Amino acid sequence: MAKVSQTTVIELKEKAKELRKEILKMLTAAQSGHTGGSLSAADIVTALYFHKMRHNPKDPKWRERDRFILSKGHAAPLLYAALALSGYFSKSLMKTLRKLGSPLQGHPCSKTLPGIEISTGSLGQGLSIANGIAAGLKLDGLGSRVYCLLGDGEIQEGQVWEAAMTAAHYKLDNVCAFVDNNGLQIDGHCCEVMYIEPIVKKWEAFGWNVFDINGHDMAAIVNALNQAETVKGKPTMIVARTVKGKGISFFEGKVQYHGMAPTPEELKKALKELDENGK
Amino acid sequence: MANKAVATRDAYGEALLELGKRRLDIVVLDADLSGSTKTGKFGKVFPDRFFNIGVAEQDMIGMASGLSLTGKLPFASTFAVFETGRAWEQIRQTVCYSNLNVKLVATHSGITVGEDGASHQAVEDIALMRVLPNMTVIVPSDGYETTQVINAIADEYFGPVYVRLGRSKVPSVMPERYRFKIGKAHVFSMGKDANIIAAGIMVSMALEAAEILKKNGIDAGVINMSTIKPLDTKTLLKAAKSCRVLVTAEEHSIIGGLGSAVSEFLSEHYPVPVVKIGIRDEFGCSGSSEELLKFYGLTPDKIVKTIRKALK
Repeated sequence: MAKVSQTTVIELKEKAKELRKEILKMLTAAQSGHTGGSLSAADIVTALYFHKMRHNPKDPKWRERDRFILSKGHAAPLLYAALALSGYFSKSLMKTLRKLGSPLQGHPCSKTLPGIEISTGSLGQGLSIANGIAAGLKLDGLGSRVYCLLGDGEIQEGQVWEAAMTAAHYKLDNVCAFVDNNGLQIDGHCCEVMYIEPIVKKWEAFGWNVFDINGHDMAAIVNALNQAETVKGKPTMIVARTVKGKGISFFEGKVQYHGMAPTPEELKKALKELDENGK
Repeated sequence: MANKAVATRDAYGEALLELGKRRLDIVVLDADLSGSTKTGKFGKVFPDRFFNIGVAEQDMIGMASGLSLTGKLPFASTFAVFETGRAWEQIRQTVCYSNLNVKLVATHSGITVGEDGASHQAVEDIALMRVLPNMTVIVPSDGYETTQVINAIADEYFGPVYVRLGRSKVPSVMPERYRFKIGKAHVFSMGKDANIIAAGIMVSMALEAAEILKKNGIDAGVINMSTIKPLDTKTLLKAAKSCRVLVTAEEHSIIGGLGSAVSEFLSEHYPVPVVKIGIRDEFGCSGSSEELLKFYGLTPDKIVKTIRKALK
């Protein structure tokens, strides 16, 4: 299989930086929301929305589109940034995040915003929904794929493993999921709160095709996505090793930024850091 | 009477199969109880459109939701206690919040589950479903009505619906000319002395009670309130105004079920006492369904006594 080109990787990295900036601005305006987990999955979501997925912002319900389910719904700012920059809605809406009357609810709401496939926010439910969509697409003979992003703390939910069995049992090879393994959850380190390793072995044991990658290595993300498409008879899980708060040195690996928004001063510093990193 | 005594779950199995023949968008999900819920009949004929999810109710609801997002019309079935209890949050977060066209048809509701005992007897499922925004709640009284309900929720209504069915055979009560409509109660008769608002298996008992009362010179009307949400408030108001004693009868807890729904409405619009017959804030237990109905006071006799006492 052809590896992703260097030009594409550079473009996507630039786009990921743009997403991170929008996430930070949005959260600062809202003064609440989930910073760490939005930043950790930014590269994955960039690769999906700006490279891999077939979708049409002008026709969000296009029958043959690929689907994306944000099972870790608290990373809503990341999804909103991806949708806004794709052109699903006006960028100016982003500053209304979490405000009364805004379609950008604290967690994604499919009733208020185009491009949201399904409302999420209560952890552990997205993969089951992704499986259902995948089964429906297969019944219709459509080749569309279903992507699903889970948090690593989220896989402590029992329903995730019910869905893991179902996807393998029904050979849903049009499902490609990610675990955003940033190692932190609200109460602390995942493996101190509730031991989740070995993640890769668990998914393999459940009958999935598994890739273990650096979730900030854009080439690795795209290559894994491409390879997943060639796997028949099995769903794919991409275990993405990530850093919570990735991209902003003073947020990285800090558990308190799971559910805390940047202050205006932190935003200034963060945007500067992102700009300088690219130089 | 339209046909002989059947369990509403049996009528469901037949109706689903027929529906599957005429509508290719119907998909059915079950959680390892397809023999008991009777969805297995559909599964046998349409294996590609049937998903046994195993003992995983939460996943079943998510899967049904996903299927509905691709334009399929999913029916998801298991026992009432597991469907509404185990998967309540999935129903809330996904099915109701996003207003998906998912039909939840649960069997083995109430104490007439019998010998399996309290763990398998849902007496709080109506309460659990009724409180959810966007949810419609229907409790058919017999096999004939069940068939109509299944067709109506598929053909005439887009959105989440909970249908509550039973394990045991129930007498056929609905007349041949009856046509089910969501939100429309069926009035057998309006009474001058009392009116019994009933649902599910209690409709046939209410009819029996009214016969007994009639012989004793008491005019008791019977209303089949098969849609518990949205409630047919027009009929309810009429029933409340036309009589001296209003009684509700349900095979469910008196907390949160039909009796509560009736009281909630009347307390705001026409405050009159509502006498509730149902399970009184307790769990079920093992026994035959006939024994249990007597034990918990869900009988025509109990309705008769309750009305006599209230009229004094």
